[in-house]
Amino acid sequence: MLLLSLLFNLRSQGLKIGLGEWLSFLQGLEAGLVDDSRALYHLARATLIHDQSNYDAFDVAFAATFQGVELPPKFKDALAEWLAQAKDSTPREAVAHGMTPEELMREFYKRMQEQKERHDGGNHWIGTGGTSPFGNSGHAESGVRVGGESAGGRGAVSIAQERRWASYRTDLTLDVRDFEVALAMLRRLAREGEETLDIDGTIDKTCKNGGDIDLDMRPERNNRIKVALLMDVGGSMDPHAALVSRLFSAASRMKTFKKLESFYFHNCPYFWLYKNYQTMERRKTIEVLNELTPDYRLIWVGDASMAPWELFSAGGYFSQPTPAGIDMIKAFGRKFQNSIWLNPDPVRFWDHPTVRAIGAEIPMFPLSLKGLKDGVRRLRG
Amino acid sequence: MSQFQGSSRYIADDGLMGDVNAAVVLGRPLLVKGEPGTGKTMLAAAVAESLGMPMIHWGIKSTTKAVDGLYTYDVVARLNDARFGEGDVRDIRRYIRMGPMGRAFRAETRHILLIDEIDKADLEFPNDLLRELDEMAFDIQELDETVRAKHRPVVIITSNAEKELPDAFLRRCLFHYIAFPDRERMKKIVAVHLPDLPEKLLERAMDRFYSVRKLEGLRKKPSTSELIDWLAVLVRMGVPPEEVAAKFPFPGLLLKQEADLELIRGRR
Repeated sequence: MLLLSLLFNLRSQGLKIGLGEWLSFLQGLEAGLVDDSRALYHLARATLIHDQSNYDAFDVAFAATFQGVELPPKFKDALAEWLAQAKDSTPREAVAHGMTPEELMREFYKRMQEQKERHDGGNHWIGTGGTSPFGNSGHAESGVRVGGESAGGRGAVSIAQERRWASYRTDLTLDVRDFEVALAMLRRLAREGEETLDIDGTIDKTCKNGGDIDLDMRPERNNRIKVALLMDVGGSMDPHAALVSRLFSAASRMKTFKKLESFYFHNCPYFWLYKNYQTMERRKTIEVLNELTPDYRLIWVGDASMAPWELFSAGGYFSQPTPAGIDMIKAFGRKFQNSIWLNPDPVRFWDHPTVRAIGAEIPMFPLSLKGLKDGVRRLRG
Repeated sequence: MSQFQGSSRYIADDGLMGDVNAAVVLGRPLLVKGEPGTGKTMLAAAVAESLGMPMIHWGIKSTTKAVDGLYTYDVVARLNDARFGEGDVRDIRRYIRMGPMGRAFRAETRHILLIDEIDKADLEFPNDLLRELDEMAFDIQELDETVRAKHRPVVIITSNAEKELPDAFLRRCLFHYIAFPDRERMKKIVAVHLPDLPEKLLERAMDRFYSVRKLEGLRKKPSTSELIDWLAVLVRMGVPPEEVAAKFPFPGLLLKQEADLELIRGRR
């Protein structure tokens, strides 16, 4: 039952463990790979976890499961016994309920879900460091000790409690490469498209095939992705400057976009959009709007929060005779079907009139790795 | 069953040996990720040496296709032979060449198959290998034959995490992330490569190395191989330990990017 509570704890950490992974973990146990708690820790981690950003959540779950548990000295034998029993009973139970193993598993998850809601409601542990429920030291002695075998060595629980993978969690320290990975998803779109007949390829393949006609169908090769990046700079965006510049350098390093245009603005696109904020090289917003073809993917970056008049009143921020910022944004939103707004502010700050108004025009995502990925998925259409 | 125990030339990360053994026993691929220079590629060689199995290396490039690893059908050679009347053209078999994976499947003994830097390939590449890795079998269309592994090779896959790997692929793998070696482990690793290093020089150099790695804003952190090169130069040039502590000799060996060198100069 200890193992099931491990599964339970992993689930409550938000780790989705598939049937296949769980079975290969059990297989590993059955094969006698585990003779002490450290081996158990490593086998479970290798089979169940596929990403170092989940190592920390795994550590938490593992420590929660095995903390203070005295494993029997003959751990391996006990496991073998347990497994033998499990093997006996599982099929019988399944047959009795007329369930396939998959159904059984599903039912099991469902019940666990219910149980979680009843017992640990709201206790879903999310966060990045700082609020750790486990101490970093001092608990080392209360870890799992396996009789005799790991004398002098550290128990697996104490390893888990060190939480040395905490910094590998997918937190907000995004670097250029992270952005590139997310933006690379736009590349795939570039390869999709209608299948067309490739004449040269067909002739080629037909020859290779010894004269029998061999049609060569391939998606259009042109990389059609065009991206325009519109970034809010200055003012309230200052704290996010580094993040935005990383996004910018990632985008400009993507060689796969057919075109990449970038513009800067302050608060909102008013009369001017700036190509370069240092030299004040600028273009009329309305020109840019007309020039960009509708197949451009627009990525807006900005906190979208400003004084309401800055967004809603005509005349705007630079006292130029311009329509209101919101109307400009609306115009862009109408022309470009695929556009997203990335907001570097945490979602909890989004309950603000101007953020809501802009979010209603352009789908808004947080400027985090996950937000960017979701956004890119949206951009792919 | 023989077990991977590490080797005299390879200092394994915590738990890595166990994971290798699990991969051997379960017959599942082991995906190894980690910073560059943490010994991902060397692992396969060490496993091969320790288990006494031959190793097949399949280095992945951005242009590599999954089928390249299975077999290639040399049409040009066949056409050429047909044209000039050489050899038995009717036998397609003569023009089918096994790729690294194909060779590992066909081998009479169990092999180690290293799929090196899988992240270099196209995003879809890992998905194209799902069945092959699951069943350890593939079809040769030209022959209408199935090649089935006589002995499930021990598959070790390395990735620098340049691209994310697809979930379906990950589910089939055992996963190990090699953490960057801490000081103690690093000492052992260094000792393997440079056995007769003066203790004091090593200590000073380690201080320097880890403080450089901690610097904020570094573009490329120095890795194990750079440390070893640097140490080798320090020894060869007879740099005294005090100088390593006081100054920073030969920084170019640890930091390869101009911007990083600038950063160091700015600090001093």
